[in-house]
Amino acid sequence: MSTDHATDAADSHTQAADGKFGDYGGQYVPEALMPAIQELTDAYERYVVNNEDGFMDEFRQRLADFGGRPTPLQRADRLSERYDCELYLKREDLLHGGAHKLNNALGQVLLAKYMGKDRIIAETGAGQHGTATAMAAAHLDMPCTIYMGERDINRQRPNVFRMKLNGSDVKPVTAGRGTLKEAISETMRDWAASVETTHYVIGSIVGPHPFPVMVRDFHSVISEEIRTQTREQTGGLPDAVVACAGGGSNTMGAFAHFIDDDGAERSSAKNQSGDEPRGRVDLVAVEAGGSSLAVDEEEGVAPNSASLSTGDEGVLHGARTKLLQDSFGQIMESHSISSGLDYAGVGPELAHLVDEDRVTPVAVDDDAALEGFHRLSNTEGIIPALETAHAFGYLEEHADELSGTVVVNVSGRGDKDLQAAIEETEARDVPNAPDMSMFSGGI
Amino acid sequence: MTEGGQSAETRRSDGAAANSEIAAAFADGPAFVPYLAVGDPSYEASKAYVEALARGGADVIELGLPFSEPIAEGSTIQGAIVRALEGGMTPELFFEFVEAVDVDVPLVCMTYYNLIYQYSNDGDSEARRASGANGTAANTGPAAFVARAADAGISGLVVPDLPAEEADPLRAACDEHGLDLVFIVAPTTEGDRLESMMERVSGYVYVQARLGTTGAKSDVSDQTDRSLQRLSGWDVPKAVGFGISSGEQAERIVASGADGIIVGSALVDIVADGVDNDWSTAETATKLEAKASELADGANRGRPTPTTGEE
Repeated sequence: MSTDHATDAADSHTQAADGKFGDYGGQYVPEALMPAIQELTDAYERYVVNNEDGFMDEFRQRLADFGGRPTPLQRADRLSERYDCELYLKREDLLHGGAHKLNNALGQVLLAKYMGKDRIIAETGAGQHGTATAMAAAHLDMPCTIYMGERDINRQRPNVFRMKLNGSDVKPVTAGRGTLKEAISETMRDWAASVETTHYVIGSIVGPHPFPVMVRDFHSVISEEIRTQTREQTGGLPDAVVACAGGGSNTMGAFAHFIDDDGAERSSAKNQSGDEPRGRVDLVAVEAGGSSLAVDEEEGVAPNSASLSTGDEGVLHGARTKLLQDSFGQIMESHSISSGLDYAGVGPELAHLVDEDRVTPVAVDDDAALEGFHRLSNTEGIIPALETAHAFGYLEEHADELSGTVVVNVSGRGDKDLQAAIEETEARDVPNAPDMSMFSGGI
Repeated sequence: MTEGGQSAETRRSDGAAANSEIAAAFADGPAFVPYLAVGDPSYEASKAYVEALARGGADVIELGLPFSEPIAEGSTIQGAIVRALEGGMTPELFFEFVEAVDVDVPLVCMTYYNLIYQYSNDGDSEARRASGANGTAANTGPAAFVARAADAGISGLVVPDLPAEEADPLRAACDEHGLDLVFIVAPTTEGDRLESMMERVSGYVYVQARLGTTGAKSDVSDQTDRSLQRLSGWDVPKAVGFGISSGEQAERIVASGADGIIVGSALVDIVADGVDNDWSTAETATKLEAKASELADGANRGRPTPTTGEE
């Protein structure tokens, strides 16, 4: 990671021209994909980094017109009172499609058009990336196939229907537990056969270079807006930015323009949490702690998705990163109440930033996430995605560490999760849940 | 065995000779290189199957060490890998298998990089995990795996998710322990990438006959002919794989200039049929041996005669 060009942090990115973040990253893919990845690297540098043919201008315009950017930064009055801090919500749930995912999907589908590709494929976990890609593909008139684990299809039926409504073909993946990990593997297999005509729109900051930097750049508009909006509303920068982390795309989007920032503009100079005397904006990545942080080696199951907190370095899906794996290197089946966080790996840049002590990983379990889900719903009138709810679970569990100006990235809205939320709330003792008795017969 | 600091050119030609067994297997006419996943569907059964392939005329055998995320494999070999993992196959059992299997041909290990990277031969996985809690596992890189593989009697490695760009640490470990490192050349591989691979390959080059994942196909792509032409200047043997399922295809591919054929899915299909139909191990082994003979014979028929050879 380079910091030497951070004269204006708002314009700087943590570059990784060779695709390496410390020891992480790289391009561990079958040979057949390497030429496509090199072609994509070239296109990324020309169009995204250097704005050739006005690519980034068109992207920004479409994000505004089709996506509805900029999204608001909203002061959360009741939660500010509850946690005794200035709490602001970055409303990515108000982006078209109901989640931050469109930033990346629109960017990559547009890039595929600039590259002359004529077909789009994508994987999806919760269905948010799939729906965003389907919307972008319809908007830009590109045929699109989405791979989705069978289990996730059953958990996220409305999103499957949304993809089909937008004209995408949804292919169920039955391997393994039928979740995101298997969907990524299957999409890579399709790509290995179709690479000459097809672009793979990967849905997070994972995979081989240039995907982690490219996806980060498309999402970095989130932190760019947070900087502008907190300056306008508070006269300075936030003291902390909090975002949930699965693969880590909303996380890096919310963090990107704060990574190299020296923190001089932080709203509150007195907020030095913990024993780290650094003056930078605190960046907190909230992972899915699932039901437990322990692992079951025998069954190959990690009942969580907390690869930043508990994972070991390894190679999966094209990159070296932190993984949930057994002692032999077999990838574990992960678990989370939210399918969007249910992944055994994490973006290599985020893994590196954790090792560098620039990003603090915190695991929040299923129960706390559900509590966060209800807290935001009944105090602020915003129903978050279960992924996003982990960030609010963090606020509940770490309220005494919050001070100054805290921005939470509301990465998505919870409409897709209502059925799961009913079932999970009924099955658990959630202190701040509404009376569930009228749902007990099922609706 | 090579010394550090040699030029890539020297290393490659030495590498090709590093394991005389693999070189010899290709020197003696077209090589038939079958693949099976070790442990599919059990340790004992797959031992009988691999021995049957040797009896059927295998010149080199690729042994799959199953990884949970085999992104380069089609559904047939994915199925084999799932059966093997469910049967309890681990890297250590794999090496015991290599030591125990009774065959007289060179054995090549085909696996994914994470298993090589994570392998630790300090034996006690619990101790390793305890010492490496929370993301600080004492990774040794590829050296420990390569040392153990060499010790067990493996002659070479194929790693489908390790392109030449990321291969230097493994290439160095293979040089140190006298193992060949086989690279896969895809139909899309051209220009600088070919050069980079030519500098690092040894043993044989795996010529991927068509795009996509592994899997038996009734036709063999004419991309094969183009790939073989691109590699005509290479001094390592060229073995063609991806989709070959019959003696007739084997014959045609050798006739187009291949030095060997690699067959996986067509053999794994027989193992899968055995599982589905409750064949005895001996019954499945007999069918595998017959298929191996068909493929080896086909390859031999395709061998250009000295007077009419096109090469």
